Amino acid sequence: MTTMAPDAGTQDDAAYEARFNAAVAAEERIEPRDWMPDAYRASLVRQIAQHAHSEIIGMQPEANWITRAPSLRRKAILMAKVQDEAGHGLYLYSAAETLGTSRDELLDRLHAGRQKYSSIFNYPTLTWADVGAIGWLVDGAAITNQVPLCRCSYGPYARAMVRICKEESFHQRQGYELLLALSKGTEAQHAMAQDAVNRWWWPSLMMFGPPDDESAHSAQSMAWRIKRHSNDELRQRFVDICVPQAESLGLTLPDPDLTWDEERGHYAFGPIDWDEFREVLRGNGPCNEQRINQRRTAHEEGAWVREAATAYAAKQAERSRHGYRAPQDQQQGDTQEEDIA
Amino acid sequence: MNPAPASAALALGDDALVLSHRLGEWAGHAPVLEEELALANIALDLLGQARVLLSLVGDEDELAYLREERAFRNLQLVEQPRGDFAHTIARQLYFSSYQRLLYEELAQGDTAIAELASKAVKEVDYHRDHAEHWTLRLGDGTAESHQRMQQALDALWRYTGEAFEPIEGLAVDWATLRARWTDRITAVLRQATLTLPNGPQSGAWAAGGGRQGVHTEPFGRMLAEMQHLHRSHPGATW
Repeated sequence: MTTMAPDAGTQDDAAYEARFNAAVAAEERIEPRDWMPDAYRASLVRQIAQHAHSEIIGMQPEANWITRAPSLRRKAILMAKVQDEAGHGLYLYSAAETLGTSRDELLDRLHAGRQKYSSIFNYPTLTWADVGAIGWLVDGAAITNQVPLCRCSYGPYARAMVRICKEESFHQRQGYELLLALSKGTEAQHAMAQDAVNRWWWPSLMMFGPPDDESAHSAQSMAWRIKRHSNDELRQRFVDICVPQAESLGLTLPDPDLTWDEERGHYAFGPIDWDEFREVLRGNGPCNEQRINQRRTAHEEGAWVREAATAYAAKQAERSRHGYRAPQDQQQGDTQEEDIA
Repeated sequence: MNPAPASAALALGDDALVLSHRLGEWAGHAPVLEEELALANIALDLLGQARVLLSLVGDEDELAYLREERAFRNLQLVEQPRGDFAHTIARQLYFSSYQRLLYEELAQGDTAIAELASKAVKEVDYHRDHAEHWTLRLGDGTAESHQRMQQALDALWRYTGEAFEPIEGLAVDWATLRARWTDRITAVLRQATLTLPNGPQSGAWAAGGGRQGVHTEPFGRMLAEMQHLHRSHPGATW
């Protein structure tokens, strides 16, 4: 799409809005320099920021097990995964920045509790099997949510999602494989896997958000083609995928009402505890305080490092403006193998 | 390709394993998102090296998870707690400068260690670059960062001497290695407006201790955390 923003504020927004709506309806991509309604921009900033925050807060429950991973192979996989999550955070903050905000601003809002992250990361990782359950269920739910976003109307977000979804499916397979090893391992390992699935199943279903009739942003997001499917549709799709996977894992899902509904061609499942969901969202989940505190502490304790980098960069810029070479630079030729600056 | 001397593979493998673990402790705590990536990346490279080296000696998991403190052969330098970011950078600067020079030399040999060293030297080059750039930024950044970096360099200096104690089975000119390392560190610190620490490079009680399985107190606790789960399920596969 190439509707450029007006040079001056004198032009009629209605014409731009009509072109914007037509472009969205025609499945064209909206790009950063295109005109867009303020509410569309705000809604995307909110969603992409929340997504970015989820990636970086989501590093914590898994990083909790890096130093205790039970084999070197698993340790390497987990480290690589946590590293990928930091990378996803970076892509997403960049995508949000194309909308005229900055990473620093978004992080400040996260630290102040004014922007949210996915409710799932407020649950604790209590055993090694939780790492597998997060991979299989949490990443699985994330993929179900995110694959449609690869076709989202906002170009930079859609493109970030293509890259992210590839890596997420890889993580999900690794999580499944971790659980499978436990399930087929010793009795104690099997019990550990089952316990993790019992604890993570319902919170994973909550990742799709409130039921359709209570979802505040859904209708508008669907009209703008930011969202493609309703919360309940995606949740159903996820359950339908998970049931046979649980069977092949040799694990059960903790829902006595889970049955195949021949008529609908879907699995029927029991009621979700929305009170719990609302409590977690309100900040009263098991780890809300701990997660945000760790994030804030890392940021505050790192302030002097960021200030040092800024001060050093300013000095370097100043030096190159004046063609200045520090006396010590000139003496270094003999001792240094290569220029390190 | 000749078989690698086990004592050497174990010493180098333990260095990489333990430093990787210490760097892994940063996940979720780094000062900036880019450093979450960089530190995890370095930790992963080191873990990859450790796995190859330990596999030259025996089963990697048995060696990592079932040996006790006195059987580890890593330098005391790499087992030091992460401290603040300056301590991590100082530890990394000292170690990757050493590892870079050592691996360059080992790559010339004809054992399985040479094969690993010639691949790893490219990764280590990047690690050293990362540590040197941060040494410059912290040393020549603000008054606070300068002071913290100098403190970290001073605090870890005593653990640098043992890196140049000969490792059994490696034909390395250790005196030359030490001279080249000192030159490099001196140049970086000078450019970073920092001072080369002037205390002893090892305490009488610590000289070469790590290579003989004599470690510092924080190491036992690190192993307790690292090995706990594996040891709780004897014989299990993961």
